[in-house]
Amino acid sequence: MNLTLHVWRQKGPSDVGQFQTFQATGVSKDQSFLEMLDVVNDKLELAGKDPIVFEHDCREGICGCCGFMVNGKAHGGQPETTVCQLHMRSFSDGDELIIEPWRSAAFPVVKDLMVDRSAFDRIVQAGGYVSVRTGSAQDANAIPISKEIADRAFDSAACIGCGACVASCPNASAMLFTGAKINHLGLLPQGQVERFSRVQAMTQQMDAEGFGPCSNHEECEAYCPKGIPVEVIGRMNGDLLKAQLRGRDS
Amino acid sequence: MTLQSNAPGGDIETAWDRHRFDMKVVNPANKRKYTVIVVGTGLAGASAAATMGELGYNVLNFCFQDSPRRAHSIAAQGGINAAKNYQGDADSVFRLFYDTIKGGDFRAREENVYRLAQISNNIIDQAVAQGVPFAREYGGLLGNRSFGGALVSRTFYSQGQTGQQLLLGAYQALSRQIQAGTVKIFPRTEMQDLVVHDGHARGIITRHLVTGKIERWAADAVVLATGGYVNVYFLSTNAMGSNVTATWRATRRGAYFANPCYTQIHPTCIPVSGGYQSKLTLMSESLRNDGRVWVPKNAEDAWNAKAAKVGRHPGDIPESDRDYYLERRYPTFGNLVPRDVASRNAKLVCDAGHGVSFEGNGVYLDFADAYERLGRKEVGERYGNLFDMYQRITGESAYEQPMRIYPAPHYAMGGLWVDYNLQSNVPGLFVLGEANFSDHGANRLGASALMQGLSDGYFVLPYTIGHYLGIQGPRKSSTDWGEFAQAEEQVTDRINKLLSIKGKRTVDSFHRELGLELWNNCGMARNRHDLTTLLGRIPEIRAEFWENVSVPGSAGDLNQTLERAGRVADFLEFAEVMALDARQREESCGGHFRVEHATEEGEARRDDVNFRYVAAWEYQGVDQKPTMHKEQLEFRYVKLTQRSYK
Repeated sequence: MNLTLHVWRQKGPSDVGQFQTFQATGVSKDQSFLEMLDVVNDKLELAGKDPIVFEHDCREGICGCCGFMVNGKAHGGQPETTVCQLHMRSFSDGDELIIEPWRSAAFPVVKDLMVDRSAFDRIVQAGGYVSVRTGSAQDANAIPISKEIADRAFDSAACIGCGACVASCPNASAMLFTGAKINHLGLLPQGQVERFSRVQAMTQQMDAEGFGPCSNHEECEAYCPKGIPVEVIGRMNGDLLKAQLRGRDS
Repeated sequence: MTLQSNAPGGDIETAWDRHRFDMKVVNPANKRKYTVIVVGTGLAGASAAATMGELGYNVLNFCFQDSPRRAHSIAAQGGINAAKNYQGDADSVFRLFYDTIKGGDFRAREENVYRLAQISNNIIDQAVAQGVPFAREYGGLLGNRSFGGALVSRTFYSQGQTGQQLLLGAYQALSRQIQAGTVKIFPRTEMQDLVVHDGHARGIITRHLVTGKIERWAADAVVLATGGYVNVYFLSTNAMGSNVTATWRATRRGAYFANPCYTQIHPTCIPVSGGYQSKLTLMSESLRNDGRVWVPKNAEDAWNAKAAKVGRHPGDIPESDRDYYLERRYPTFGNLVPRDVASRNAKLVCDAGHGVSFEGNGVYLDFADAYERLGRKEVGERYGNLFDMYQRITGESAYEQPMRIYPAPHYAMGGLWVDYNLQSNVPGLFVLGEANFSDHGANRLGASALMQGLSDGYFVLPYTIGHYLGIQGPRKSSTDWGEFAQAEEQVTDRINKLLSIKGKRTVDSFHRELGLELWNNCGMARNRHDLTTLLGRIPEIRAEFWENVSVPGSAGDLNQTLERAGRVADFLEFAEVMALDARQREESCGGHFRVEHATEEGEARRDDVNFRYVAAWEYQGVDQKPTMHKEQLEFRYVKLTQRSYK
């Protein structure tokens, strides 16, 4: 099949940027979306032109590197699918696709479809961990954890940090990302000691990075490739309120 | 030069304890006087950087990805082994040690592997304390499953995302140290060269991938935790960016590359579907716990699109016309034979015309029995995310019909040679995780890579590097040393050369060509004749690359083609050592199968008299034959036997 691609090209954070049109020809339905772009880039490279820059690495939906908007939908909008896992069988001959980067003030464009998501790292650095020194742990079975709690913690911990939640939110809020980590650690007994200092530190950093607030559109959940539910935001807000009522950091 | 393992003698059970006592310890107040470079932020790199940061060292940590959380350890699916014996099925440190040595086909160092088995238990404790959500039973205790090459259940797991959860645990520990200021992180920064001063590794040269800036970094020691090299095959289960550059650049500076021919071809991956394919996707080996592997008994029933063979739908093939070849040939281990054995047998049945897929390269992995035994819900709980992944890629549902799988390059057992302290032959250069050669011999068992990466990073290196630093004492470091200027100049020249060729072929086309040559001649089955042909081909491809590659763009900008070109240039040099190593090893062992050296039943036949050694290659220059050094392997605790899984 043949497709027309309108791809966002931007040289750097200070460049204005614009759409450029490409033809993708002879596309196979078994190709992944990124493999389709590889073929477009091969032709550009042979013509001595700059290929389209997009971030990618594992190409199996777990590293969180890839991600851009396809026709206004993060990762192309297939349920629980990253754009590297999106296959061309989801498209039809003659389709026109608009491909553009995550749009958020806290995610400045690096080049073309690549954005700077280091704000996410700084949110985790603010407190997204359990402070345990190497070698100081007790036996792993010393604290039984119910299967239900362990499974719920896992569901939150499945976040890959791709940024689709921010890109899909009309406010460019990072509350699903932040809430997922707070929920993961806050559910487990190991995470209790720092539970309230963690939620305060991480949400403060989130605000400092320039992410917007949550106004319950729930677009983040709809486009999260790992299906993280918005209830993690509710739980984060609950913990934040409790932390404030306690009037101290611990 | 004789390679000294520096492993402590005496009782293996007490060796690590005695060694830890005998090593020098750096006073806590003095640790901040030492700077350590760690390249890589996977399980080994992140855990090492975090732990050294906790101890008080100044750590500079580099990765080429946009965040340390992206390292390819994140994609490990199945699990992590430990000798906890929580299932009460007679597991022990000795049994894990024994299984790992045997699984590696008796080509690993006993002392390293024994230490790994001991430390395995600490890793699980550490990960749980960090909040890693391992699978649990209804009583709240940790669950286990079995993996290939073992008769006990010792694998801890988080659904099919164990690597992700363990890496995030290490990443969070690292983040804590970044916040504390003990670790400085440099993402989007790729190592381009190692700097050796007065015979010691004292720094690196990097390129910033957004600005193109070349920088010099000096330190008291350099730690490489840069992963494996199986992307040399182009198609593999590795991430697109995984490469050999850091370890190969170290080789060019004098570090020995050990056992490069030991590559693991993983049996359960999704088969190739077309020429545009950029990578292969692994389906966790844990699937073999409940899935049964088979092919049609009659070759005419096999579907092969390329050969225009329609075959029969798997559901229409009756039991009597199916060949469950692993259960037939290996009644004791059945579908849970180790990876090398499973892969080789898949190749055999496909080469005989029974393969099912677009190109006849595929076998069925069938869950029909598991649905009857456990019910669809339970099977879905165990493997649902893997089934979803399979459906996204193939458009087929494993709930409706058997999966199709085929082996693909997955892991490198070979790597830089290291001693018991994980130090290479270049003093001050330490190598961890998949980047070193030490623990898996000629074949790695499932769920052992995560164990080794975290053992090296959390529990071994932080002690052994202290011994090295303690002996050296605080030294002056300077990026003004001549070796820095020289290395930087070489890096810049190479980049400029790549950009100036302006040829007619893409970087990827060379990579694909090299990869296919290696897959055909140095893949699952090797022979002297093909390896010799391959050794003639590699320099030809390399020569054409340096004359005809097209790398658009500039050096002072984000240039993904330039990044790939540098990595492929290194693969083109490295591949030659890999083929040389495969040719000199006139025996079959683990993942290295030489068709000339097989038993009458077609199993790998080792030659313990002549090849019970580690081959460590010393670089002599491009187009020069490297020199091979040997480390003889001694087995004091495990009796060498013909590996059998019958």
